[in-house]
Amino acid sequence: MAVFTRPRQAFVIAGALGLALSATACGTGDDKKSDKAGSAECAAYEKYQGNDGKKVSIYASIRDAEADLLERSWSQFTDCTGIEIAYEGSGEFEAQLPVRVDGGNAPDIAFVPQPGLVKRFADAGKLKSLGADTKAMAEQNMPADWLKYGTVNGTLYGVPLGANVKSFVWYSPKTFKEKGWEVPTSWDQLIALSDKIAASGMKPWCAGVESGDATGWPATDWIEDVLLRTAGAEVYDQWTTHAIPFNDPRVVEAVDRAGTILKNEKYVNGGFGGVKSITTTAFQEAGLPVVNGKCAMHRQASFYANQFPEGTKVAEDGDAFAFYFPAIDAAKGKPVLGAGEFVVAYADRPEVQAVQTYLASAEYVNSRAKLGNWVTANNKLDIANVASPIDKLSVQILQDKSGTFRFDGSDLMPAAVGAGTFWKGMVDWINGKDTATVLQGIESSWPK
Amino acid sequence: MEFDFADQQPKLLMLMYGLIAFVVVVGGLLLLLDVVPAQFARRREAQLVAASVGGGPLPRRRKQREGLFAFFFLLPTLLLLTIGLVVPAIRTVLLSLMDGSSTNWVGLRNYGWMFSEDSIVRVLINTLIWVLLVPLVATTFGLIYAVLVDKVRFEAVAKSLVFLPMAISFVGASIIWKFVYAFRGVGDQIGLLNQIVVSLGGEPKQWLLNSPLNTLLLIVIMVWIQAGFAMVILSAAIKAIPGDIVEAARLDGVSPWQMFWRITMPSIRPALIVVVVTISIATLKVFDIVRTATNGNYDTSVIATDMYNQAFRYGQSGRGSALAVFLFILVIPIVIYQVRNLRQQREG
Repeated sequence: MAVFTRPRQAFVIAGALGLALSATACGTGDDKKSDKAGSAECAAYEKYQGNDGKKVSIYASIRDAEADLLERSWSQFTDCTGIEIAYEGSGEFEAQLPVRVDGGNAPDIAFVPQPGLVKRFADAGKLKSLGADTKAMAEQNMPADWLKYGTVNGTLYGVPLGANVKSFVWYSPKTFKEKGWEVPTSWDQLIALSDKIAASGMKPWCAGVESGDATGWPATDWIEDVLLRTAGAEVYDQWTTHAIPFNDPRVVEAVDRAGTILKNEKYVNGGFGGVKSITTTAFQEAGLPVVNGKCAMHRQASFYANQFPEGTKVAEDGDAFAFYFPAIDAAKGKPVLGAGEFVVAYADRPEVQAVQTYLASAEYVNSRAKLGNWVTANNKLDIANVASPIDKLSVQILQDKSGTFRFDGSDLMPAAVGAGTFWKGMVDWINGKDTATVLQGIESSWPK
Repeated sequence: MEFDFADQQPKLLMLMYGLIAFVVVVGGLLLLLDVVPAQFARRREAQLVAASVGGGPLPRRRKQREGLFAFFFLLPTLLLLTIGLVVPAIRTVLLSLMDGSSTNWVGLRNYGWMFSEDSIVRVLINTLIWVLLVPLVATTFGLIYAVLVDKVRFEAVAKSLVFLPMAISFVGASIIWKFVYAFRGVGDQIGLLNQIVVSLGGEPKQWLLNSPLNTLLLIVIMVWIQAGFAMVILSAAIKAIPGDIVEAARLDGVSPWQMFWRITMPSIRPALIVVVVTISIATLKVFDIVRTATNGNYDTSVIATDMYNQAFRYGQSGRGSALAVFLFILVIPIVIYQVRNLRQQREG
């Protein structure tokens, strides 16, 4: 046999390598708990003690630099309690999580950004309800508006973690100052400003909905934000739960209202071309013309701050900042559209519940906020720990008691609509299909 | 970011175990295949020797043992086929008769949905366009090219030029072509196609936006990849035509046209069928190109991409499975045709 002229040697080498690796694995794994356990900085973690050396796996969609911040944010907790957190981030999180759960390989904890997905797992009986401590902590620290989205059939499964505010319009304070434009505080002012900018020869708005296999989502945010403003939060809730048809006349009106900006050749698409260029412009690039002066306004969530090139000053007196997407009907209050992720558990071992409780605690949210680039609706967050101006503004909006918070509707709907036909429908709509046909198509696709 | 080996250790360890398992299984198999037949051969030899020494009749190989022997060799294949193909196929068929959460039986409702939902009918039509066009165009291109470059100078270079795209993955090819079709509403064009249009005085277009042109443009990508495959197989077949037939035809004074239709085509018919069948099956399963270039947006989706979306992104495993079963049914006749063809060739 010619394949292994000296098979014994090959086996010996492979075996030795394997053994060596296993040996080093054992060398690093144990005894994570440092001598600090009894020290002053660990006092806050007293109640989580007793789980030394236990391992908790967390699975989420957060990757790269953000994931590093995440792991740093709980390092003190793991040092003090000896609980080891094995974090894994995946770009295919939404597709892979059901596969893992159905395959009996569920993580202990997952950060799920879609309440719709939380509901799916809860209905299938895969999720563990919260432990008493976690539940008390969540109810104490989280606004009711948010807890509602982690609750399925009266049982709280998901504790909100991070958040973002979507009702923002990005603009350049520098350009606005140079041209003498005022930040609009009502819809009429917004349109008046758009007309003024359009008359000056510049396209006032830029937008882009291309986002890989999620193409279309930025347009769904537009619709949701406008619907909240024209029809109010109650109608919005009925719409996301399908208590009213997807193509209810009030929804048609909201979509058409959004169309007066998004499908207006005079208004869009600054820096990219005509209306149809919205479909092929990547959402990451769509707001950049705001900074280079080719477009004046870009409606996108708070996290868009990360997309600006290095050296861009994101502040109220800088190169880019955001203002609150103004209300349309004053009687409908001051609605805020946002999103975030929910901590759900597939196991109820004590160490898993300890981590869950910790993630809802004041210690955690402040530890994470200090590292920057993060916002939460948790009311134990001390705004002094939030550094960047846009995150500060987001926290203010989220903690504002007079505002009405509503979660991103496409994340609440069944995935077939919220991550499927709604996205695709919006692409067709921008591409020129009329509102009625598009909404009728989405309505008929709602799973019965 | 620095690459920390200690950090990646669990993954490396997993890799190591995988490699060891691979070495053990494959090595073990090779060893087995080497040792067992040798053992049998030695036994037979000993029997023969014993028989010849004893002067008795030569022992006959028992039929039964031969069957056992064959079964032994087929066992790994059968096992893997069962685990990897038969079981999932049966499960998929069952899932296709259930609802999205795979808990309730819904009968044939998923199949009804498939043919009544406008967007899915569009998907089926797109797949049909793909299957009709890709094998036809790719094979035609490959054949014409193979005939034209046959026995010219620089044949090897000319052939490798067309064959090169075969080495590029579908995803890679789609990204390359996405750049070709790229559009810039303002400023300089970065896409080849739009640059050509602009330099001819035209307006740049968003090529991948308008159906059905966009499906045709995606088909171009597939043809670009597969034409090389068709060319290589057909070129080899052309070279294998016996020289005496060609010579006899020449002596009879055929025109190049007659040569092609009367001599070349009949001689390479088996190879032609293999090429068309292979490309047809590959086309039915096309997924990567559509997913990379348009994600199935703008009415370009095909069965495979929609199957993935339904099952894994929309949580509709019933509908996804129904699409998978339908795809399977579409492939069956092609496979049967191919098998029958091969059998005929062996007999003829």
